[in-house]
Amino acid sequence: MTFNLRNISLFAIMGLLFIAVGIFNSWSTSLFILNFCLISAVMSLGVNIQWGYAGLLNVGIMGFVALGGMAATLVSIPPVYGAIDAGGSGILFSAFLTAIAIAAIYYAYNKLKGGTRKLVITAISILSFFVIRHYLDPAVDAIESYDSAGTGNLGGLNMPILFGWVLGGILAAGAAWLVGKISLGLRSDYLAIATLGISEIIIAVLKNEDWLTRGVKNVNGLPRPFSVPYEVNIQKSTYWMDLANSWGMSIVDLSSIMVKLSYAALFAIVLLIILYLSEKALASPWGRMMRAIRDNETAAEAMGKNVTGRHLQVFILGSAVVGIAGAMLTTLDGLFTPTAYQPLRYTFLIWVMVIVGGSGNNWGAVLGGFVVGFFWIEAEPIGLWFMDVITSGMAEDSDLRSHLLKSAAHMRLMMMGVILLLVLRFTPKGLIPEK
Amino acid sequence: MTDFLNAIVLLLNFLVIPGIAYGCQLALGALGVTLIYGILRFSNFAHGETMAFGTMFTILATWFLQSNGISLGPIPTALLAMPIGILAAILLVLGTDKLVYKFYRKQKSKPVIYLIASLGVMFFYNGLIRFIIGPDDRIFTDGSRFIITAREFKEMTGLDQGMAFKMTQGITIVVTIICVAALFWFLNRTRTGKSMRAYSDNEDLALLSGINPDRVVMIAWVLTAVLATVAGTLYGLDKSFKPFTYLQILLPIFAAAIVGGIGNPVGAILGGFFIALSEVAVTFAYKQVIGYLVPESWAPEGLVQLLSTDYKFAVSFTILVIVLLVKPTGLMKGQSI
Amino acid sequence: MSFLIGENMTGGYGGADILHDCTIGVEKGEIAVVVGPNGAGKSTAMKAVFGMLNIHTGRVMMDGEDITSLSPQARVQKGMGFVPQTSNVFATMSVEENLEMGAFIREDDIKDTMEQVFELFPILKEKRKQPAGELSGGQRQQVAVGRALMTQPKVLMLDEPTAGVSPIVMDELFDRIIEIAKTGIAILMVEQNAKQALNIADKGYVLVQGKNRYTDTGEALMADPEVRKAFLGG
Repeated sequence: MTFNLRNISLFAIMGLLFIAVGIFNSWSTSLFILNFCLISAVMSLGVNIQWGYAGLLNVGIMGFVALGGMAATLVSIPPVYGAIDAGGSGILFSAFLTAIAIAAIYYAYNKLKGGTRKLVITAISILSFFVIRHYLDPAVDAIESYDSAGTGNLGGLNMPILFGWVLGGILAAGAAWLVGKISLGLRSDYLAIATLGISEIIIAVLKNEDWLTRGVKNVNGLPRPFSVPYEVNIQKSTYWMDLANSWGMSIVDLSSIMVKLSYAALFAIVLLIILYLSEKALASPWGRMMRAIRDNETAAEAMGKNVTGRHLQVFILGSAVVGIAGAMLTTLDGLFTPTAYQPLRYTFLIWVMVIVGGSGNNWGAVLGGFVVGFFWIEAEPIGLWFMDVITSGMAEDSDLRSHLLKSAAHMRLMMMGVILLLVLRFTPKGLIPEK
Repeated sequence: MTDFLNAIVLLLNFLVIPGIAYGCQLALGALGVTLIYGILRFSNFAHGETMAFGTMFTILATWFLQSNGISLGPIPTALLAMPIGILAAILLVLGTDKLVYKFYRKQKSKPVIYLIASLGVMFFYNGLIRFIIGPDDRIFTDGSRFIITAREFKEMTGLDQGMAFKMTQGITIVVTIICVAALFWFLNRTRTGKSMRAYSDNEDLALLSGINPDRVVMIAWVLTAVLATVAGTLYGLDKSFKPFTYLQILLPIFAAAIVGGIGNPVGAILGGFFIALSEVAVTFAYKQVIGYLVPESWAPEGLVQLLSTDYKFAVSFTILVIVLLVKPTGLMKGQSI
Repeated sequence: MSFLIGENMTGGYGGADILHDCTIGVEKGEIAVVVGPNGAGKSTAMKAVFGMLNIHTGRVMMDGEDITSLSPQARVQKGMGFVPQTSNVFATMSVEENLEMGAFIREDDIKDTMEQVFELFPILKEKRKQPAGELSGGQRQQVAVGRALMTQPKVLMLDEPTAGVSPIVMDELFDRIIEIAKTGIAILMVEQNAKQALNIADKGYVLVQGKNRYTDTGEALMADPEVRKAFLGG
């Protein structure tokens, strides 16, 4: 970013908004929004790597976010030994069979040609599907029936949740590799549609494979990262109680603020690291080549650049960043709810952030994450207030009035759509344009 | 023999008929996507919401008619109300084109910019729909529920298995046939229709031939609005109307359009049926069917279901992936009308 | 003054000028051919006459009327027909539909014109129901010319009509073009096959670097030793 007055004041205004919420509403709310914005900024950075650097359209951000969330969950929760005894071996064996099947398909793909190849691959796929199901189904049943009210899944690794952030990035990268392999190099729309598809499938898996994720029964009570304290511990400590007394605030409020602050510090560190790396990458020869490819694919291809290969790289990197952000989000919530993943919220909102912030500019993406994240949360009270003002002249029991008040929550969808369209049309380069 | 007939009837009742009805709905949806792709050359992510919007106005008009005691007897009142929904959808998409897409046309923007704009439009429609009718499930089917009930069928044939033919399924099939026939008559027989195909085939040459691009684009939107409203209303009648499902149906619709060859109307219809029937066939539990066909001792214990119904999106996606890998142009050669 | 003439045209596609004070024109019932080395601006000159790029100096006159500021579409209305070099047919549409689309701006009955086109290119009548994309290269060029003739133009402009077709097909195509000219249509064409084209030309223009180098009758140019040596390969 060029540190000119305009860019600095944009961030400064953003900071003032948080302070204003802190003063007029509460610091707890302000920090809640800040944490949300920090995570959004990481997601926005990830998508900016794909769209801004390379012009790749990812419409399945939600799926990568959810994969990150799953990773955080599976890494941090304790294993369920009973369930592992009941079905662990069956799952392992199925996984082993799957690996064999994939290897066989890969071998057939490389060794055979034409009609035979298609036939053999189809045969292997169908056969292995039934064989794997034969071993998988009983194992799944056994796991899911073990203490189904309490766990009903295999549990996790019982490791620090921060490892889950790394795994989240890796899982998302793996999914991105798969989607990218299939759809990159085809028409640009196909990547969009393929990512839309994979994200729906990831969510379907998370909702239905109870043995893995407990599905719609959710997983709650995820452990916090080492650096984040628990409210109860703060409330028990005399040091904090004294501090609360001397500041004249309740210990409950103070503990909640401290917890949120600890999260914010952690998220800010991740954001800054990724931002630093992104900036380095963008300024490197690699980044220049990416932009050259984006601006003129044909010319880059003619110069012997492997466009599809580079696109795959960048797609994987961006998705990994989104996966990390997804893991952070689940960590912050402390629970994993597959039904909470909605495309409007986790895919399209991130798009609004990238476009509004300034596609191709990392600082812009971060600012976009903050601005849009802030207004996404504040839109509801603003919308409600707006409707209140509009309807104040109407009769108390007017149907229209109650309808308008009830529907105020949907205002923000419209607002986001309008913001996206206005920015795209009038300042297509966003708040902080690309250099 | 009776067992065999029973198995057939079972398949027809739970697989073929619902699959065809769903296929009709997808085909109409995919036609709209393919038309816009053929003429404006982008994948319209707001198409699902366009369907929902048209359907919403159909529902509002249906309620109005119902409250005034107007009905079509055994046929759903929604059919009578559909012109209102269509009109609303036409106004919506033409307004959107004027305010949003027209600008990018003048700029000769890349298709991906249109696509992002359509995401914004989708957001807006989505909020608008929820604002007007709310996010909840709405059932607006009335009239008689069945053309043939399972019991009538059993009495008629003497079989154990009944085959029910729902009114909404019958309506779906009939309306789809009418719409598709009218669309193809228009595209292949009228001068305006041919000019649309020409524009889709070769834009520059179409301009040289004096074809007015603004008119072609306008007609494409009107047709899309009509198809979207009809598809959405039929889907809503057959299942129920919930704004969120219209966002989800976008994936099978895109899959249908691409599998058939995007930009190709015949392909869109084939793709619609292909996706719908596969979806139903893969998520169908074959236990009872097999029970009729094999000796009792061989009868399977489980449901014999390939995938649970929650994975129906996986089916459209898998088919899409296979087509992209094997034949990226789709079953029919794509990218033209 | 010629029936159609682009006079002293200077301009390009927005960047540097490609045409410099270039003049090309054609009379009714005549064939004018523009030849020259690669990159001489032959196609550009033709496109300038058709209004597909802006010329900042010079003017285009047709039938005594200044049409410099008209769009290509408007020029089609005025009676110009243009056959682009590539993608000049609607590949997915039948031959008949191609011709029908060619006549899109006409409100009157087009049956007679279509019959005339079929008389000129009998093979097209045979293949009228076939998609144009499935025809051979030469047949496709016939469809392209036929499409442009459907507006009953006064001027027909052809951008390298014989590019990529065999010599036999080329000869036949030239025969047809002569036939078209005999009906009173002015024909302006750009050609790579300079020798063969100048053979049938009433008038020839040799362009070099966007400027007129030689302008004479086709015969005279063919006879000019300098032209032969420099542009016709001896």
